[in-house]
Amino acid sequence: MFEYLLRRLASIVPTLVFVSMLIFGLQQLLPGDPAKILAGEEQDPSVIAYLHKKLHLDEPLPMRYAYWIGGVLRGDFGESVRSQEPVLDLVLEKLPVTAELALLAMGIALVIGIPAGIVSAVGRGTVWDAAANLFALWGISTPNFWLGILMILLFSVQLGWLPASGYVSPFEDWRANLAAMIMPAFVLGNAIAAVLMRHTRSAMLQVLSSDYVRTARAKGLSEPVVVLRHALRNALTPIITLGALELGTLLSGAVLTEQVFTIPGFGKLIIDSVFNRDYAVVQGVVLVTASAYIALSLLADLAYFAVNPRLRT
Amino acid sequence: MKRTLLAAMMFAAAALAQAQTLRIGLAEDPDVLDPTLARSFVGRIVFAAMCDKLVDVDEKLNIVPQLATSWQWSADHKALTMKIRPGVTFQDGEKLDAAAVKYSIERHKTMPGSNRRGELAPVSSVDVLDPLTVRLNLSAPFAPLLAALADRAGMIVAPKAAAAEGDKFGAHPVCAGPYKFVERVAQDRITLERYDGYWDKAALHFDKIEYTPIPDATVRLANLKSGQFDFIERVAPSDIAALEKDKKLKVARITEIGYQGITINVGKSARAQSNPLGRDARVREAFELALDRHGLAQVVMDNEATVGNQWVAPTSPYYAKNMPVPQRNVAKAKALLKAAGVEHPSFTLLTSTASDAQRLALVVQAMTREAGFDVKIQTAEFATSLNMADKGDFDAYVLAWSGRADPDGNLFSFDGCKQPLNYAGYCDAETDKLLAQSRTELDPAARKKIYEQIAARVLAARPIVYLYHRNWLWAYDAKLSGVREIPDGLLRVAGLKMAP
Repeated sequence: MFEYLLRRLASIVPTLVFVSMLIFGLQQLLPGDPAKILAGEEQDPSVIAYLHKKLHLDEPLPMRYAYWIGGVLRGDFGESVRSQEPVLDLVLEKLPVTAELALLAMGIALVIGIPAGIVSAVGRGTVWDAAANLFALWGISTPNFWLGILMILLFSVQLGWLPASGYVSPFEDWRANLAAMIMPAFVLGNAIAAVLMRHTRSAMLQVLSSDYVRTARAKGLSEPVVVLRHALRNALTPIITLGALELGTLLSGAVLTEQVFTIPGFGKLIIDSVFNRDYAVVQGVVLVTASAYIALSLLADLAYFAVNPRLRT
Repeated sequence: MKRTLLAAMMFAAAALAQAQTLRIGLAEDPDVLDPTLARSFVGRIVFAAMCDKLVDVDEKLNIVPQLATSWQWSADHKALTMKIRPGVTFQDGEKLDAAAVKYSIERHKTMPGSNRRGELAPVSSVDVLDPLTVRLNLSAPFAPLLAALADRAGMIVAPKAAAAEGDKFGAHPVCAGPYKFVERVAQDRITLERYDGYWDKAALHFDKIEYTPIPDATVRLANLKSGQFDFIERVAPSDIAALEKDKKLKVARITEIGYQGITINVGKSARAQSNPLGRDARVREAFELALDRHGLAQVVMDNEATVGNQWVAPTSPYYAKNMPVPQRNVAKAKALLKAAGVEHPSFTLLTSTASDAQRLALVVQAMTREAGFDVKIQTAEFATSLNMADKGDFDAYVLAWSGRADPDGNLFSFDGCKQPLNYAGYCDAETDKLLAQSRTELDPAARKKIYEQIAARVLAARPIVYLYHRNWLWAYDAKLSGVREIPDGLLRVAGLKMAP
């Protein structure tokens, strides 16, 4: 296991180097001169020339990559050309917001998705199964953007129970923070719960029909023990993989949901930066989210060991 | 009874505490908050509460005093002497005097990356005549100067703070406006706080102002309706009818100083010559005659626009009356196309992904088809479309301009040879001569005559087919009073008051 872990850790470095090159290189394919879009309405030629120089836009690509990666290694991610804020500050400012939203959404998804999947698999063909499937179909096919706006109209405009948008730090006021986060977290979690439910259901169905479950039942174990301790544990591996992937996606920012609820997270930051051709910000954010993704897949691998003793040898 | 009274008092106190912050929903997140470097329209909305200018514009676009109480042109119109308002201090307590004005104008002119250089180009030097009198010396008379001083070029920054912060001043701007900068969380909020040393303190009725950018118009409106905001800008025209029935809200509509138009490639690249639209003025005239501007305004803008055919709206004193808005005439358009030898000209109309621009392109396509045009629509994200326009990689381009208070700001850079915003590639020596004259002529009547001559040339060549002038649409809490409808589309916060 340790050897495996070391191998995985060693592979992270070349992966990150490759990712950084990809982020940098792909961004250059975006059409449009960033200096022109940053120069704003006036399009003053002297401003465009100044921005070219400042952003090293006239230098060869490898040189520009070297400037950037050199800075990153020194802990300097550059600064946003649009707002003049250091990229690292922006990332550190948005990361907790996005992380909170991602964890809340994942929590909601797990709490709804896994029990629904179990109920649906155990009670296959019953009303419960049909209800869980209907819920999954609804969750998968409802666009987040639309559901978000409908929730705002109902809970904020009509009923006035929750704020329509905005973000309050939990350290300032945790109640206001929860009130602001519950709707976006539900919108995001709902969609993932549906996917999780489908996967839990199919994994459970497969496991429930295997020999050892029959043996467990034959031994006279109670149904909850058979389902939760014996079956679920083995069915969890694909669900962990899926959960880690979904969490990674959430951490890279839920663009539309963040737009609707005005949650100042990665999604909003990255989309605005792409449209404004604010390269340093895009690079910084993508690098951080890519690292988070890699870390999560490593954690998922470790979780396999935890739930499945057979892998530990 | 006692309990009821207490509850009522607490409620009133809560309402009062609430009313002390003015919460504004913006359509975009502003760029850097440094008046010298700033580039976006939305940033000017925040500046309007934070940084006073030497002069301001009023509802009729007249230049009125702000930090300068009076001004005088020299006889040769090559020097502008301004009297500075006494007793004004910056938000950090530093005194605002003639030396500070000189510092700011020089900063605008010399700072690397300054976006104000073009607006102040003819200003060659600034003299401090006495602590409250400053003289701007010009290399040549420059009629648009006062309008520029009514915008970011006229904003005076605190010299000590600006010198200390250098190019990071935008992160902690210090000006002489009614509200001072407190904090900014990118894409979340900009918070300003009342400056107690403001020269017109009596006009300030809020303790704080909070700006929150929400790009989606539906969500912005939902926030206003749920009481999260007191005021929102750029309401979607399709929401206005329902809003006007809502007694809790008020709507303001102001005809913009900018325009919506279609820029035609008449000489930007070789592509202009390969297409009948760019090559032949008769085809462009036919194109314009095939358009029904009122129909466009109705379908695209829900009638929240004033139709027009020039760089300024028909209500502007500088509108050239010799060139009125042409009526739709499909028969004449067809005849012109026949005379040009292309009965079915085909071209590509480039638009950004903005929904109103796309709607506009579709309606133009349908209208001009009746005259025989075959318009193909090409959609590209804004930065990409702008880049294509700059390279001349287009036949026609749907492009709007936010406008400037002086007509020069809507015209010079668009129609002067090789000017930065001249995407059409229009270049005419006579027009250039007239444009130069329009800048040095300070008498409004004489200037108007020059604009009539320019209109006669430019509107016949049609590098831009002007369609209409959109309404700035604002919606706000009906209890909010003192909202001034100034055509630059920027909310003035002084005088705003929330009824309990």
